[in-house]
Amino acid sequence: MDERRKGTAPLDEARLRQRAIGVKLRQMFDDVVNEPVPDEFLEILRKADGKNGEG
Amino acid sequence: MGPSPDVAQTLLEGTARDQVFQRELVALIPHLRAFARTLTGDATQADDLAQDAMIKAWDARASFQLGTNMKAWTFMILRNQFYSDKRRSWRSTQLDQEAAERTLVAVDDPGAPLALDELRLAMSMLPSEQREALILVGAGGFAYEEAADICGCAVGTVKSRVSRARKALQGILETGAYDRDGRGAGDAMRSILADAERLSAVR
Repeated sequence: MDERRKGTAPLDEARLRQRAIGVKLRQMFDDVVNEPVPDEFLEILRKADGKNGEG
Repeated sequence: MGPSPDVAQTLLEGTARDQVFQRELVALIPHLRAFARTLTGDATQADDLAQDAMIKAWDARASFQLGTNMKAWTFMILRNQFYSDKRRSWRSTQLDQEAAERTLVAVDDPGAPLALDELRLAMSMLPSEQREALILVGAGGFAYEEAADICGCAVGTVKSRVSRARKALQGILETGAYDRDGRGAGDAMRSILADAERLSAVR
């Protein structure tokens, strides 16, 4: 887990940067996933559901 | 073609089936919103797109086999919707311009966390097929094969798009080659590295 930068080989540095970008990318996506869903979504779905009726 | 569906679910019919479908669809809304946000880069447009995709999925529920990958299926619907909308508004570049300006204004908010805004901006500079491939694989949790199904292309194509996107993103962030004044090259990458280190330290 704790693989610190020791020799700072260019390859390690590149990998470190890519991993950092990956972490931020997931954070960016998860931030939206974790937002509360606007009521509008469920209202629209409810309306569409009612349109098809139950009987 | 993926794992075999849950037998019990395939036997459901009518209202019971609709209820199961709807429950799964509702659970996917946050993910659809997130994917739409990365495609459009604009929160309002993204929610319009996610709502359209949600309704399309609901209307097409009979053609979906319960127990198979609904997330991939709905992402594919959303993506198709995005590109058909884009084609329709091909000539209304005015709208795109306005959206771009809104994005830039949001980015200039001094209170916003720095690294994420830089990343968002850098992402918006990628060609859309690279951006979607990177998001699906790098953030959406899809395997290359699933991402290929969603995008309607070969697995190798997805792999090369993801790899090109990663390289391009790093290049943009390191050189500061985006439209923002008063910030030195390399600052974005530095803040992303620092942020990522802080995040993994918290875990």
